[in-house]
Amino acid sequence: MELRAYIVRRLLLLIPVLFGVTLFIFGLTMLFSPIERASLYVRSPRQMANIPEIIETYGLDRPFYVQYGTWINQVFHGNLGWSTVAHMPVLDAIWAFLPATLELAIFCTPIIILAGIFLGTQAAAHKDKPIDHVSRVAAIAGWSLPTFWLGLVLLMVFYGAFNGLLPPDRLGHQMSIVVNSGDFVRYTHINTLDAILNLNGPVLVDALRHLILPVATLSIVSVAFIMRLTRSSMLESLGKGYILTARAKGLAERVVVNKHARRNALIPVITVSGYVFAGLANGVVITETIFTFKGVGWWEAQAALRLDIASILGFALFNAGLFVLINLIVDILYTRVDPRVRLGGVMQ
Amino acid sequence: MTDLRFMVRQLVRNPLSLAGIILIFIFAVIAIFAPLIAPTPAGHGDPYMIPRDGFSATPALPSQQHLFGTTEGQYDIFYGVVWGTRSAFRVGLVVIGVVVVIGIVLGSIAGYFGGVIDEVIMRITDIFLAFPALILAMALVTVMQPSLTSVMIALIVVSWPSYARLIRGDILQVREEDYIEASRGLGASNARVIIRHALPNAIYPTLIMASLDIGAVVLSAAALSFLGLGAPEGYADWGQLTAFARNWIVGPSSDPLRYWFAVAIPGLFILFFVLGWNLLGDAFRDILDPRLARR
Repeated sequence: MELRAYIVRRLLLLIPVLFGVTLFIFGLTMLFSPIERASLYVRSPRQMANIPEIIETYGLDRPFYVQYGTWINQVFHGNLGWSTVAHMPVLDAIWAFLPATLELAIFCTPIIILAGIFLGTQAAAHKDKPIDHVSRVAAIAGWSLPTFWLGLVLLMVFYGAFNGLLPPDRLGHQMSIVVNSGDFVRYTHINTLDAILNLNGPVLVDALRHLILPVATLSIVSVAFIMRLTRSSMLESLGKGYILTARAKGLAERVVVNKHARRNALIPVITVSGYVFAGLANGVVITETIFTFKGVGWWEAQAALRLDIASILGFALFNAGLFVLINLIVDILYTRVDPRVRLGGVMQ
Repeated sequence: MTDLRFMVRQLVRNPLSLAGIILIFIFAVIAIFAPLIAPTPAGHGDPYMIPRDGFSATPALPSQQHLFGTTEGQYDIFYGVVWGTRSAFRVGLVVIGVVVVIGIVLGSIAGYFGGVIDEVIMRITDIFLAFPALILAMALVTVMQPSLTSVMIALIVVSWPSYARLIRGDILQVREEDYIEASRGLGASNARVIIRHALPNAIYPTLIMASLDIGAVVLSAAALSFLGLGAPEGYADWGQLTAFARNWIVGPSSDPLRYWFAVAIPGLFILFFVLGWNLLGDAFRDILDPRLARR
């Protein structure tokens, strides 16, 4: 099968999954009374004043399938309801909070992947040596750490004991004023990127200062996973015949490990990048809450606490869509990286 | 059963998994003897509600009376972490227990019968796996109203699909074996073939790995609790105790680490509990990994 046919097939397979996802989310909303559900349809607080009209307009007392049709139609038109926490429509809120989360992800992802692969390779190349044992214990401890607790402890030390060295929030008070002044153009709302584009050194330094702890928290918890996976995949690949051949040819150990073994060992690592994304999506909720780093995760946690149903469900829907898409991209990448993977193969 | 004995010997010999076993044992002892270790004061109602010593917000330093001090709202930290061990075991055991049962039933039906049933069950797991777990769990808890029961239900809903898939895979591997054919040829019912022949040959490794997921479940439950989506205020729960300390990570400027105990102690309990299960799980993974078996 050709790549294009494969992609089309995968996209078609997505339809039932996404249909199920929307059906499930809509089913959850049915646990609420029509009055509570009204917030899923309104676009401004003024509309909330006239709830009977909304119930009438959107048929909130009609049968399930009729309501589902109305709701999915609204979703396709970009109306996910009104977020009482953000004081704006849910979709606008997602776009407003996304840059902060994106900024975290931009810094975390390379750290997690590169550090994970590097440490995993080292552990496998020195199996049963001290470096292997240390990295193993560190990895197990890393994924046993409660993210929220790690964040609090880091804050306690670097914000408390070091007298405000690495503070919470996205920017200090002064720099927020600079950023929101007319002279500073907000191209992307990603602070570090905007600071570079505006050639503003102090804002860049301040933004980085606020990023260190959240990025460290997210990375420490996630790096263990990639590292352990690289290690076991490397061990498997190091036992193969072509490694023996490479060594017999007299190649330097570094070349054998980095070129012959690692290139083949990386294939399973690519396939789990989807999990890395899921881990980040879960992690940002906690991390952003602790560091009041106001991104989508922070907003989500606030919404959950204040029973802002429209935000919670809209965000879950958004995440499911994104997650499914990322998994698709990973699968396609996989076929490019490993020519042995036959496109027509059975999909689980 | 020689396999089992071999496995136990491997686990005890490896210092890491031995440490895991010891940690889990210590927590089990704490949970069982909680009423002796941290006796409930006379006249106090529900033992799972942490007794308070006043209502002041400021945590009090460890003292004779409060071994680990008190946290925000004067909840006794020592009492909270000891009884919280019971909450942790309950959440972990209930969630994993239910999830394993659902996984075995749906997974073996899907794997054994194949065809349309398999397709339907697997597409349903796809739907649940389309969400990042914590985000779906948060949505579910919010919809059901926050409580410890909601947390457990939410964690069951987000975790069963992976188990159903794992067990389906295990069953698929043995489905075509000769002894399955033989038993079918002898006229055994489908239920009997699955329960007597397919399951015992397929799922032990999965079951062991599943039981070691208790640590991960407790970690997720603690995260939800920390976000304020778990047990009611004052319930003995590690996640909530950590949340109480949130406003006290920075002490007065003369002594910025003054309230370290309120932050550190509940978190250390979570860390060591989860660490115990993960240490054991990691050792098991190595023992069960056929690719590493001969090395």
